Amino acid sequence: MNQTEIQARESLHPEHIVSPKSYVAVFLALLVLTATTTLVAFVDLGPWNTVVALGIAFIKATLVVLIFMHIRWSSNLTRIIIVGGLFWLAILLALTFSDFATRGWLPILRMRP
Amino acid sequence: MAAEFIPEAEPLHPRDNYLNVRYGVGSWLLTRDHKRIALLYLASITFFFFLGGLFALLIRLELLTPGGDLVQSETYNKLFTMHGVVMIFFFLIPSIPAVLGNFLIPMMIGAKDLAFPRLNLLSWYIYIVGAAFTMWAVVHGGVDTGWTFYTPLSTAAANGHVVATAVGIFITGFSSILTGLNFIVTIHTMRAPGLTWFRLPLFVWSHYATSLIMVLGTPVIAVTLLMVGVERIFHLGLFDPALGGDPVLFQHLFWFYSHPAVYIMILPAMGVISEVVTTFSRKNIFGYRFVAFASVAIAVLGFLVWGHHMFVSGQSVYAGMIFSLLSFLVAIPSAIKVFNWTATMYRGSISWRTPMLYAFGFIGLFTIGGLTGLFLATLGVDVHVHDTYFIVAHFHYIMVGGAIMGYLGGMHYWWPKISGKMYPEGWARFAALIVFIGFNLTFFPQFVLGYLGMPRRYHAYPPEFQVLNVMSTAGASVLGVGYVIPMIYFAWSMRYGKNAPANPWRSTGLEWQTTSPPPTENFPVPPVVTSEPYVYATESEVVG
Repeated sequence: MNQTEIQARESLHPEHIVSPKSYVAVFLALLVLTATTTLVAFVDLGPWNTVVALGIAFIKATLVVLIFMHIRWSSNLTRIIIVGGLFWLAILLALTFSDFATRGWLPILRMRP
Repeated sequence: MAAEFIPEAEPLHPRDNYLNVRYGVGSWLLTRDHKRIALLYLASITFFFFLGGLFALLIRLELLTPGGDLVQSETYNKLFTMHGVVMIFFFLIPSIPAVLGNFLIPMMIGAKDLAFPRLNLLSWYIYIVGAAFTMWAVVHGGVDTGWTFYTPLSTAAANGHVVATAVGIFITGFSSILTGLNFIVTIHTMRAPGLTWFRLPLFVWSHYATSLIMVLGTPVIAVTLLMVGVERIFHLGLFDPALGGDPVLFQHLFWFYSHPAVYIMILPAMGVISEVVTTFSRKNIFGYRFVAFASVAIAVLGFLVWGHHMFVSGQSVYAGMIFSLLSFLVAIPSAIKVFNWTATMYRGSISWRTPMLYAFGFIGLFTIGGLTGLFLATLGVDVHVHDTYFIVAHFHYIMVGGAIMGYLGGMHYWWPKISGKMYPEGWARFAALIVFIGFNLTFFPQFVLGYLGMPRRYHAYPPEFQVLNVMSTAGASVLGVGYVIPMIYFAWSMRYGKNAPANPWRSTGLEWQTTSPPPTENFPVPPVVTSEPYVYATESEVVG
């Protein structure tokens, strides 16, 4: 896409303007979710502790990306870049866990006290 | 304005190019011209190259004799750490992208500048601030963890300035991210009319792939070093087993960036070689799309192989097997490039100009470096040679034999465009030969030393290894001379060199279609692209 094309595109699709009301609503939602994370930390949910904390964090991150970063109204190229970033994070997690998940598989390691 | 109607005498030196359009320190330190920012980077990285070289010189002097007689082991640890930190983070990573990429990408795509000129200048300032932190650490006693900052050594045991050095690298990382971001946006949005993706020079493709790594990988090393600082200062259990952490986790996070970082160094050099080989063979590149996509494939696959640095770290053997298999895959796009360059040269009208000598050097040395990489990707062989001089030789064949050869080749190739002056060809060929001989004399013996079992990172060694170490130190001296000579004649050429024509190599690239040195806006009239990038004359039309 060259400069002329960009100008033409911008004139056709001007940047979406988010209303202050939406920003405030998201901001309040983030505050509520932060408070929820803090409150849940005082409740012992066993193995669900991490799941709940990460779940809330995921919702917060999604709100920030979609609304604050305008991805909801962005071009497909920008969305692909966001998905690419998440995919790279998935690579980091998957291959790292391929180590942590299989360390105990070696009999010699299991025999250790 | 009235002044417009007063006829002026023709100025003796018209201010018609980016170098002489404005004078004064302020005109450089506040510039937004990508070409001037490239020269700011050039000056900075040259300083760090010779600083890193000084550390290397001291390392090689210590290793001249088997006993630890020049420096103590602690000092030696600091020397190889600072050599690695300075060379990798402050020279190799910014080298080709920040200097040649900055200078050339807008010109190659027919643009006036990068997409974000202010961000470009900011990236240089961030680099300088990061370097200042690390230099503070160097001056105040250095750091002795190795450039790898492995935990728990770096968090619990090392006495050096780990945090200051890590902060310096953390800050410099943002410079790298901004450069990568700028390149990606520029290449997507500022191409000249008619310049489709498959008409882009391969230098631009390789920088696009490099930028992806810079943007996707650098945040991970930044956060990882931050975690080291947090554990060291606040004793938060992240990597230290005594605090509930896992030291191998550090290695995963560190190598997730630091292995692809090797491709930040080598991919831009590959871009240089593609330009040089086509120009000096007078031929279109063999398999353009394969070479272009090989760059992207190297960037992507490069993120899947980091565990081959960790075969003996306590990493699961099963993960090791996966990483070993994936590591072999990187050889495929790398080999595609090497085969395609040689196929390009086949029946070409090859001229032995200095950039081409460096390209020949690159292809040979990168091939040796790459093939020995396959040895190291093999689980069993790696266990034998892990942490020996075999590794040191291997990665220097890639980083020095590959990346620095590419950098020097590129500097010679584009020097007429950058400076407007020709360098002395005879001296330059002589220096290229000296670099090639010095490099091999330095690093080939290290393959043998490593295979025989000499470990890296020790300041003393058994006497039977001395002959090979003397050869290596002698080679380092020759290599040092080979690096100083171009410094001298490049500086000399600025004053005494012949004026360069717009296109001294009769190249087809857009950057050669404007004056040398170019005007601030690069092209007096924005170019329109109507053909493929490497349309060279057919054999019958070639002069000579």
